[in-house]
Amino acid sequence: MKHEYLDRYSRIESPVHRLPGLLKLIIALCIVLVSIIPPARMLYIPAAAGLFVVLIVPFTRIPALFVLRRIVMFEPFVAVIASLMLFQADGGLKFMSIVIRSTVSLLTMIILSNTIPFNEILGILRRLHLPGIIVTILALMYRYIFVLIDETDRLNRARLSRTFAKSKKFTWYSLSLTIGQLFVRSTERAEKVFGAMSARGWK
Amino acid sequence: MHIPDGFLDTKTIIATSLFSAAGISNSLRELRRNISPRNVPLMGLSAAFIFVAQMLNFPVIGGTSGHLIGAVLVSVLLGPSAGIVIMSVVLIVQCLLFADGGVFALGANIFNMGIVAVFGGYWTYRALLWLIPSRYGKFIAAGLAAWSSTVLAAVCCTGELAWSGTVQWSYGLPAMAGIHILIGIGEALITTLVLAAIYKARPDLLPENGRSSFDVRAQSLSGTLLYGVVTILGLALFVTPFASKWPDGLERIASQFGFEAKAFAKPVVPSPAHGYSIPGVGSLGIALPIAAVVGATCVFVLSFILARMVSPRSSQEKPQSR
Repeated sequence: MKHEYLDRYSRIESPVHRLPGLLKLIIALCIVLVSIIPPARMLYIPAAAGLFVVLIVPFTRIPALFVLRRIVMFEPFVAVIASLMLFQADGGLKFMSIVIRSTVSLLTMIILSNTIPFNEILGILRRLHLPGIIVTILALMYRYIFVLIDETDRLNRARLSRTFAKSKKFTWYSLSLTIGQLFVRSTERAEKVFGAMSARGWK
Repeated sequence: MHIPDGFLDTKTIIATSLFSAAGISNSLRELRRNISPRNVPLMGLSAAFIFVAQMLNFPVIGGTSGHLIGAVLVSVLLGPSAGIVIMSVVLIVQCLLFADGGVFALGANIFNMGIVAVFGGYWTYRALLWLIPSRYGKFIAAGLAAWSSTVLAAVCCTGELAWSGTVQWSYGLPAMAGIHILIGIGEALITTLVLAAIYKARPDLLPENGRSSFDVRAQSLSGTLLYGVVTILGLALFVTPFASKWPDGLERIASQFGFEAKAFAKPVVPSPAHGYSIPGVGSLGIALPIAAVVGATCVFVLSFILARMVSPRSSQEKPQSR
């Protein structure tokens, strides 16, 4: 059981984690809005917002290296699209502005997702009158992502223990068998979950 | 293809959010009419399944790797309405939990990968299924539909970026469509192979003649029409202004009143590559349609071969369901 790629730090103790969820959500959305709305010339606004978020990071007790690694993970797409802009008029400024804006927004969302537990976000969404079925599906999905990751690990381990060497020829084939089997097992698990839910009076 | 925050301007954010809201509310209305409570956990599990399947990478040429989007896979298995809801939920979780795709770009991402990819892909699948009624038809149709849904979503994404003024259509389209014509081949292969794998393990889970064991598939005519309207309006708004050679209305007015010269008069930071063109990208007149046709043919041939390889020879050999 290791799921280090998901919201790993959302349940630790820190001054920021103790703040109410709705407040954090609103502040984060405001920071993102402030950094994406101003025109490209006003580079200092997103830069200031970014500085503010960077100053908050130490108070969240999330390791800086983790945040950095996350940013690096998503930066390639930003870089590719932004570099297309170098080919148009006024491209240098636009390039810088896009890179700064999207990095600040990314940083804010990474900090947000690692300071609120997901069930608190679900509670907020429910209070905001998001359709009930969507919230239920979101809750079920969050619960079973971890189970299905473990299931995938088990499937892969079983396959590896039955094959001698990793063959490049069959990578795609074995990957699709894994995904297919995962779907079959998900539907079977859904049946059991429904049984358990109705046994507890859900309808 | 997840658009981060900062790439879209305010009008695009509002327009895409409205389109996505319309699409999702339509699919919720469809589901509410047809769904039985036992399918709610199924949808949750399927969403988790798509999320996990998207984390499994497959190797592409040159050490890079791609992953499944799964729009056609989920809509073939569970129908378009459930497909739209599931893809939207997956995108919401990726955005809130993973910071993959921006919060304010969520509407655009749901529109591209949820509504356009699912609805376009599903109806491509149905049309091809009608054209190829052989026993391989299902797999070939799913492969081609997966490829076209990927390309369609990429074109739509480029349209939104161009409408926001982030990238120029003439550079963005060849780059995005070109890459996704290739990525789509991977999507097509994986979709075909996964459907075949599910067929081998549990043939009862695959729809037979449009019917399956899941009653979430049921679809009303008005609902389908509404999806069509949302998709076509969205495409008309984001893509067609650029597909024609004429400058759009706003630009014409701007040039008439001489705003154009003023807008580009003083670059604050000079662009290092402005005025140069990427070789082979600047002139996209014929190159892109040719690439698209070659890509579609490749996908057709590959999924035909795969379908023959993986589907059972005759109906007697069909594996028993457990």
